[in-house]
Amino acid sequence: MSKQRLGQTPSQTVGPFFHYALPYENDSNLIVGDAQGQRIVVEGKVTDGNGDPVPDVMIEIWQANATGKYDHPEDTQNKPVDPGFHGFGRCATDKDGIFRFNTVKPGAVPGPGNSLQAPHLVTFVFGRGMLKQLLTRIYFEDEAHNADDPVLNLVPEARRPTLVARKAGASTYRLDIVLQGEGETVFFDY
Amino acid sequence: MADVIGYNREEKGAQPPSLYLPYKSTEFRAPKQPLVILPHTLSEVTGPVYGHGRVLPIDADLTKQHAGEPLGERIIVSGKLLDENGRPVPHTLVEVWQCNAAGRYIHARDQHPAPLDPNFSGAGRVVTDAEGNYKFTTIKPGAYPWRNQPNAWRPAHIHFSMFGPSFINRLVTQMYFPGDPLFFQDPIFQGIPDEKARERMISRFDLDNTIPEWALAYRFDIVLRGRNATPMED
Ligand SMILES: [Fe+2]
Repeated sequence: MSKQRLGQTPSQTVGPFFHYALPYENDSNLIVGDAQGQRIVVEGKVTDGNGDPVPDVMIEIWQANATGKYDHPEDTQNKPVDPGFHGFGRCATDKDGIFRFNTVKPGAVPGPGNSLQAPHLVTFVFGRGMLKQLLTRIYFEDEAHNADDPVLNLVPEARRPTLVARKAGASTYRLDIVLQGEGETVFFDY
Repeated sequence: MADVIGYNREEKGAQPPSLYLPYKSTEFRAPKQPLVILPHTLSEVTGPVYGHGRVLPIDADLTKQHAGEPLGERIIVSGKLLDENGRPVPHTLVEVWQCNAAGRYIHARDQHPAPLDPNFSGAGRVVTDAEGNYKFTTIKPGAYPWRNQPNAWRPAHIHFSMFGPSFINRLVTQMYFPGDPLFFQDPIFQGIPDEKARERMISRFDLDNTIPEWALAYRFDIVLRGRNATPMED
């Protein structure tokens, strides 16, 4: 009756030579028109277990729009999609390990049960020396819902700050991604 | 809002560890703290529907992106994107990149002293059709050396990047060629614990798709994670 389950194709590193293939014009700018909501810059530095900047990783983000709606058929909330906003962005780090996205602050989105998830960016890190991508999230320090966010509450309290971007200017948020060691970013098993 | 239906998790043995010391640069890039187990929420089961941008037919022919034809053995690479339940993954972006027939990437940081080919860039994109099929034309990439261990060579490979129906379906992998003598010493290929799973990355010679007097062909099917509960109608 049930078909045999097929085996997953294994992940392999993106390697050091993706830069001429994966980046594209405006890839780190999620604002594609007259986007609603607060326009923000989200930036940070990626460092490795030696504390050195990582100049050859690629960060991808996926997020809801300003009202907390994902542009995807499985988001059945009765809220409009924003034609001026695209929920996906990609950014290769520069020589100093810096990534930077132009986007809007996402709204809160539904969580398990009747919970609400605080505004966040779903974040993947791909790189040389990484046989598989790492999943993390970027939250925002000035959001009241962080305290009862169902995912942040799964994380040991001492490590939660590694997921929360701090204000670094009127409309700039900063969160460094530490792949290993002191202040290591929380990564998820998904 | 009702709870979402999640996706299957990593298949044990089929996915690599983050830390695999034979691949030297994993040493300082792998997390040391335990991963936090994440339930799949609306944030994970949604994702960019068409990947990004518009994809043109020329993007699927890496031999026609310059004035002349690239050197090397012309090949057609095709396959189907499926999930673990055997369902096709339609209308999703597949990005590919590779070195030229001499084993050299056009990337500025590739210092391998093999010639560049002015007629080959090595990047392509294609969107799967309604049945999950993709196809592109390219040339067979060469093997190339790297500095991981003494006399280290990467087996010939094409890099693949896939989106799929949700963001957690995101997969970046490499396609290899049957019978490559370099598998035994390649820590990236060997980083997959289960030998059977490792072999899923090896394409097979595809006589049906060869074009007589023009091109050889290889088939590479790709399996993304499936839904861990199937809807009632199935
Ligand atoms: Fe490569």
